[in-house]
Amino acid sequence: MMKLFTKAFWLQLSSPKTFYPVAGKLIPWFWIITVVLTLVGLYYGFVLAPVDYQMGNSYRIMFIHVPAAWMSMWIYLVMCIYAIIGLIWRTRLSNMMAVALAPTGALMTFIALWTGAFWGKPTWGTYWVWDARLTSELILLFLYFGYMALRSAIDEPQRAARASALLAMVGVINLPVIYFSVKWWNTLHQTMTVDATGKATLPEPALISMLAFTFAFWAYSFAVSFMRVRNEIIETEKTSKWISEELTESNK
Amino acid sequence: MIHALDMGKYAYYVWTSYGVTFGVMLIEIILLATRRKSLIKSITRQIRLNREK
Repeated sequence: MMKLFTKAFWLQLSSPKTFYPVAGKLIPWFWIITVVLTLVGLYYGFVLAPVDYQMGNSYRIMFIHVPAAWMSMWIYLVMCIYAIIGLIWRTRLSNMMAVALAPTGALMTFIALWTGAFWGKPTWGTYWVWDARLTSELILLFLYFGYMALRSAIDEPQRAARASALLAMVGVINLPVIYFSVKWWNTLHQTMTVDATGKATLPEPALISMLAFTFAFWAYSFAVSFMRVRNEIIETEKTSKWISEELTESNK
Repeated sequence: MIHALDMGKYAYYVWTSYGVTFGVMLIEIILLATRRKSLIKSITRQIRLNREK
């Protein structure tokens, strides 16, 4: 009985028609979380966190750099999982979710690279080095671009989904490379400031700021990818009756 | 509060990082919202045309 319920729940969520209003109701909540946690992150990061004795104020860039880098990898993993689900069960919504996540993942990767560069310049004296961590993160950006390009290059949706899912799966190898690069190679990039065991080398307000931004970026990613998936649903379902009812209703 | 925003010699690097981060996020939101608006507009127009027929 319980099994049936869970199954019904997932099936229901995998249909664009039932997912569309659910996502619509969740989006405002994700925006609230994003805004509140961004304010918390800014307050702890700029008002409460002391100046770092070594890096000075430039270390405040870390508070958004690290969350963006985490999200860039996390979104890739989630995108890949959706792509695989779509590949196996051919559920339309999981393919749509994979597609919707890619641009936001690329955006997070770009932010990680950008903020890293502007932290690197005053700290290392250069915007860019071909170091293992930086290079593998750049490869991640190209994987996102490759995924999106392949997706739009193939006209037939099922084939596009299959080909791009394979690309995403192969690219997953890059994730542990990024994560462990600072351990595997002798890199210029510092080792983890916060490791998996939760041991941190940062003062508490700085850590709180970083965590607040992590969840802010997480909620942001949910909000924008839900917005994108809803656009995608409108686009593909525009001739169906339910979407016209949905849209005329919300337009009243 | 003003003191908290004084980044000293790092001002350029800190504000370029934060500015671009929030800037690209805002652009993404605006793009998605305008896309939604134009989609809804074209579909409601289509619905009206169908009704008039």
